[in-house]
Parts: sequence; structure tokens; C-alpha cells
Amino acid sequence: MNEHANSTSADKSGVTTVVNVGLASCGIAAGAQKVYDTFKTALEGLAVELTFSGCMGMCYNEPLVEVRSLNGGRYIYGKVQPEQVARIVQEHIQGGTPIMDWVVYSDRIKTPDADFIDKQQRIILKHCGVVNPEDIDSYLSVGGYKAIEKALKSMTPEQVIEEISRSGLRGRGGAGFPTGTKWSFARKSPGREKYVICNADEGDPGAFMDRSVLESNPHSVLEGMLIAGYAMGAENGYIYIRAEYPLAIKRLKIAIAQALEKGYLGSHILDSNFSFNIMIREGAGAFVCGEETALIASVEGKRGMPRIRPPFPAQSGVWGKPTSINNVETFANVPWIILNGGDSFSRFGTENSKGTKVFALAGSIARGGLVEVPMGITINEIVYDVGGGLSSGRKLKAVQTGGPSGGCIPASLADTQVDYDSLKKIGAIMGSGGMLIMDDSTCMVDVAKFFLKFTKSESCGKCTFCRVGTKQMLKVLERITNGEGRDGDIELLEELGQKISAGALCGLGQTVPNPVLTTIKYFRHEYEAHIFDKACPAKKCKALISYQVLADACKGCGRCSRECPTGAITGEKKMPFTINQEMCARCGLCISVCKFNAITVTTGKERGK
Amino acid sequence: MSNPDSLKLSAENFDAIDQIVNKYNSDKGAAIMILQQVQATYGYIGQSMLERISQLTGTPTSELFSIVTFYSQFRLEPLGENFIQVCHGTACHLAGAERISEAVQHVTKAKPGHTSPDGKFTLEHVACLGCCSHGPIMTLNNETFARMTPDKVKKMLHQKVADKGFVNSEGCELSE
Repeated sequence: MNEHANSTSADKSGVTTVVNVGLASCGIAAGAQKVYDTFKTALEGLAVELTFSGCMGMCYNEPLVEVRSLNGGRYIYGKVQPEQVARIVQEHIQGGTPIMDWVVYSDRIKTPDADFIDKQQRIILKHCGVVNPEDIDSYLSVGGYKAIEKALKSMTPEQVIEEISRSGLRGRGGAGFPTGTKWSFARKSPGREKYVICNADEGDPGAFMDRSVLESNPHSVLEGMLIAGYAMGAENGYIYIRAEYPLAIKRLKIAIAQALEKGYLGSHILDSNFSFNIMIREGAGAFVCGEETALIASVEGKRGMPRIRPPFPAQSGVWGKPTSINNVETFANVPWIILNGGDSFSRFGTENSKGTKVFALAGSIARGGLVEVPMGITINEIVYDVGGGLSSGRKLKAVQTGGPSGGCIPASLADTQVDYDSLKKIGAIMGSGGMLIMDDSTCMVDVAKFFLKFTKSESCGKCTFCRVGTKQMLKVLERITNGEGRDGDIELLEELGQKISAGALCGLGQTVPNPVLTTIKYFRHEYEAHIFDKACPAKKCKALISYQVLADACKGCGRCSRECPTGAITGEKKMPFTINQEMCARCGLCISVCKFNAITVTTGKERGK
Repeated sequence: MSNPDSLKLSAENFDAIDQIVNKYNSDKGAAIMILQQVQATYGYIGQSMLERISQLTGTPTSELFSIVTFYSQFRLEPLGENFIQVCHGTACHLAGAERISEAVQHVTKAKPGHTSPDGKFTLEHVACLGCCSHGPIMTLNNETFARMTPDKVKKMLHQKVADKGFVNSEGCELSE
């Protein structure tokens, strides 16, 4: 992460300081655009270059601003508000003294948050948060498009595939199929017309790796696709991206236009015989389109329904032509592997899982954000060393990987290594990279219900096991969380789950039961508490909890009463208020407005006492 | 975006559809792209629009209808004056997205996936907006707001109703 994105241009104009504001969607959500605009005004007339980048990874510290000087090191400020800009300009940029209280990361001094960056192994994210994603020159200044140049000028397509195979790179979308093998299948398929598809339909709720990479360094993905096209003998590529990612789409369009202009896309790339074009297809909000045959149907403008394989896309994909579909992160790895060699890549990781993996660390974690770690690191290391432990000060309960297709790993197994095989062994999956940290205030039955609700509504309806099975499983889960669970429900869920896994047609259906099966496996007692004691130990399930005013703590300010949407809270000023349980909708608004922590939640035998 | 209430789908208003179809129809498999553009222009896809697209492209209306009902992005009813999305991704769910949705419904009277009776608000649940570290996330007219609470929702939407167009981001800035 040490390159200076625009240092060459900065040198020329005599500018010695660069201010770089992180403008990815999450930064913007935190207010980074206002910070950028404030800097723009504040830096007027000064010999300072103001630029922006995508995601620097430290989402928990957004908005992030980096100040780097040609000889003064780099300093990243966190949680920057527009009001702080004037002081940063005055003391740091003009005065030369960084404001250390606000600095969250620097190459000159170890900050309390330094481990978040230093414990990572950044290959894909190396230039994310460094380069300007809307400027191809910025990517070129850090060695961009050198890999496709090397491939075109000094390697045969077979050698490219060989290099990728030697690296041990496996698909980062979750299934982990060896990338080199996939490309060689597509290469060997007969026919002149072939396609490369980039799967950017990052539908797993809780995952944002692909969005961040596309918003921060879109050219690296384009370059990976180009190399894949050259290796397979394809001249056309599609990027299938979620419509929910407007900024990523905008930056991809800019990147494609710039690459065309500079001759890295189009015909006779770098004076070779290789031509390649990339088109964008926006998804329309269907989770199942992450499945490759459904994705192909959607690219063709149809309903995204999966079909039985074989034939595999490598034989018959989009428009019936050989097609290779790879994930965003997989493509982003490719230029590095071509430049540094497959052996360098395979030095990272474990025997069967090579390289690094990007995770979107979220939930109850102190330092949530985008992290890239070597395969084989343990979950504990990610949570505590990189993530800085839990944010809530509560205990770690479980870690969820793989989204709706994945599983919940209990805290007792958090020393498990993160690689394809170890995770599979304990019932979870690597998945695309969502990693959700849950503390002991999380209800595992509710989590299972949440995922089932999602997959039930996202089931395309084609095969019976998934269509009817998810509906039945959800019905049982709803019954349990409503306090109407019956003896035998847990066994029923297990039976349904096993049958859906065995009988469903596509990857979505086959993995749908995972969140339920793993939570039963590791948190069976919680299901039992819901069913037999009518208690929700985490106090989340509405039908099993009551809100009550703690008479001792209540000051009688009446705020809860005014805010209560159902008028369930009544009382006299300066006297403890009471909640009418019949009228209470358990929305929790009262807790969110009470300044005296005078409202409590009870469940099970304690309920109402 | 034009106000759907005042939108009469006269021959004149089909012009935009005609242009969109002309622009994309030469691409293979353009149906979804055409529908997306039509929705971006009109805010929703009405039956008469489907019929017009069908006339121009030769794709049966039934097939177009099967596409718009399959993908959750497509709306079959007009968009309200204000468009609210509440993220129901996993991280936002754990952070309390359900309560945010409820608060929005209490204030606006709009049901998820629908527009409020007064036409002022459309509420949509979305699977994940990818801002998982800042949940619960809500968007109002495509501006994203982080770490929402039911209280902030109330303030923000009441202000929206009162001020017509100005949202005070005070109530929704990042706060620990």
C-alpha cells in the first residue's frame, strides 16, 4: 500500500502533498462527500493535490482522509467531519505537524489501530484506497495493464492457463473450483465464439467485497478478464453486476471507456492479434442469478432460472457458446499472478487453499471493514488480531460465513483455519467472503429464520424441494419463534434440510438448509428453549418477550410515552410509567429514546416479573 | 423523475419507450435492459407500457410480465414522491433493520413494496446495500444514511413531510 497513486503527476507540477479522500459507497454513506467538498474549498490556492480513492478498508473509521507528502510519510485520519478539515489543513498540510489524536494509521508511527492493516496480507486490496478508480493513469502508475502486456508479448494462452493452475487459485465466489481448470475446459471446447463472464452479482446479504473492489480498483478486474479472454480464446466479456451497486456500475463504465480509449480494450490490443470487448449487464434483484446457469439466462434477458448441468457453461454457456464464469475477486487475483508467477502466489495459504481471501468483516466487531488475509489464518486471528475483538464488549457467540448458503461457526470452534476444506468439515463454507460476527445478544433461531425467509423469497420456484421445502422449513421456524413450537420440530427441520440438500436442482437450493442445520448442530439448546420453555435466551423473538419499565430507574420524563407508536405507555410526570402489554407492539422505540436505561426486556419464566 | 400521478400515458408519452427500444433492441437479449430503462424513466412499469414494448419488440406481453414479476427490482405501481429503501441484509438485520422498517411504516403508512395511500412515500426492502459496517442502513431518495434508529427515522421523515425537500442530516450522521 505504499505507492503514491498520483505521485508522478504530483512531481511534475511541484505539488508535494496529496490529500486523498476515500469515496466508496460506505464512505459516502458516512459523509465523505461533504468532507471532500470541504477540502476542495479549504485547499484552494494551495499547492496541494486533492484526489479520491475507493475503499481503504477501515470501514469502521469512515470517512477516511489520507494526507501523504513526498517526504513526510502518509497519515490516515479517521471519522473525519467537515469541521475538522480546517485544522488538518492548517496544522498538518501547512504546518507540517500531523494531528496524532486523529490519525488512525500511518507508515511512520504505530497507531492503536495499526494491526488492522499490518496483520493483513494485501494482494487484491493492495491498490484499493490508493489509486483513483476513475483515472486509468492512476492504475497505470502502479503497474496496471502490465500483466496483460506480459501475457500478450511473452506467453501463449496455454502458458497463461498453466501459470494460473500452478498458482492454485480457486474460485472466490464460494464454490472453490480451480480457476485454471475452468479456463482450460473453456479453451478446449470447440467453436470460435466464446465468452468470459464476470460474476459481480454479489447477492449474499452481509457481503461487500466485490462492490469495494469494483468501486476502488475496477481496472484490475478488467485486466483479469482480458487475461482470461486471451487464455480461453474469447473475444467478448460480460460483467453481470447488481443494480443495487450504482457507484460500482458508474466506475466500471468509466473504466471501460478509458480502457477503450487507451487501447487496452477493443481490437488488436497492444498491437497483438487479440481483441476483446466488455459489456455490462445489470442484474435486477434476484439472488438466484449468482448461480451460473441462472446468471447466463439473465444475461440473455430471460427469467433467471437455473438449469440442470451438464452441459456445463464451459461447453454451452451464454448463447449456447463456451463460457467461463468467474467471480470479481478471482479476476482481481489474476494480474498479480501473471506478473509475480504462480509459485509466488501459492506460497500464501494452505496445501489445498492457496493465496489470500478478502472478507467483509461486519456485525459486532470493533474494526469492521474489508480485510484480506492469507488462507489458513484462524477465525480467532481475524476476529481478535485484525478485527480488534467485539464492538459491544459482549462475548463472541458465533461467526457466520457464506451468507444464506453458509453456516454459523460457534465460538468454541473459532480456532478453525479459514480454508475451503476446514470450513466445509465443520458444516460451514468459505462462501464469497461475508463474515458476520455475532455476540451473545444474537438469537440463533432468529438468524436461521432470517436466512430462510430470504432464501424462500429468492427461490426461483423451478424445483419442488427448494420451492416447497423452504416454505415448510420457514413455517416451522416461524412457529418456533412465535412460541408455538412443538416437540419434534427440530427433528422435522433436520429431515427437511437433509432432503432439500439432496434433492434440489441448483447450488442455491442445495445449500439453503445450511444456516438451519448448523445452528441446530451447535445451538440446539436455543431451539429447545424456544420450544419447551417459551423463552428466547437472547431476548429477540417478539412473541416471547415483554418490555417493562424499571420503576427504580424511571424518572417519569414521559419521552417513551410520547414516542410510543401504539400509545401503550402511560403514566404521570415524575412518576414511573407503565407499559400496557396488550397494546405494546415490541418495536423497541422506547428503549431507543429512553435516556435513563429504564426499560428492560424479559423472557421465559422471568417474563413480566 | 416525472411525477407518476400527473403522467398520462398518451401517445406522446410513449415517445421515451420508443426511443429506449430503438436504442437497445439491436442488442441480443435486451428485454431486461429495456425494462430497466423504462422504469428509470417512468418510475414504474405499467401494463400499457408493457403492451407498447411488446408491440415494438415482438416479445409477447406475457413473457415481459414474467420477467418483471421475477425480478424484485421492477415496480408495477407508480413511485411515491419520496423513495425509501431499508436494507435487510444480515448485518442490518442483526443491527435492528426490522425496527427501522416498522418505524418507516408507522410514519409513512407505506407497506413494504408499496406506496403510501397519500402517494408521498414508497417503501422498499432491499437484500443488501453493501454498507454492512454501518447498519442499519436506509436510503431516502437515493441518499444513504448510516446507523439509523427508529428515533432518527421519525425525525427525518417528519421533517421531510414538513419541509418538502430538505432533510436535516443532523439526526442521521454517524454517531457511536
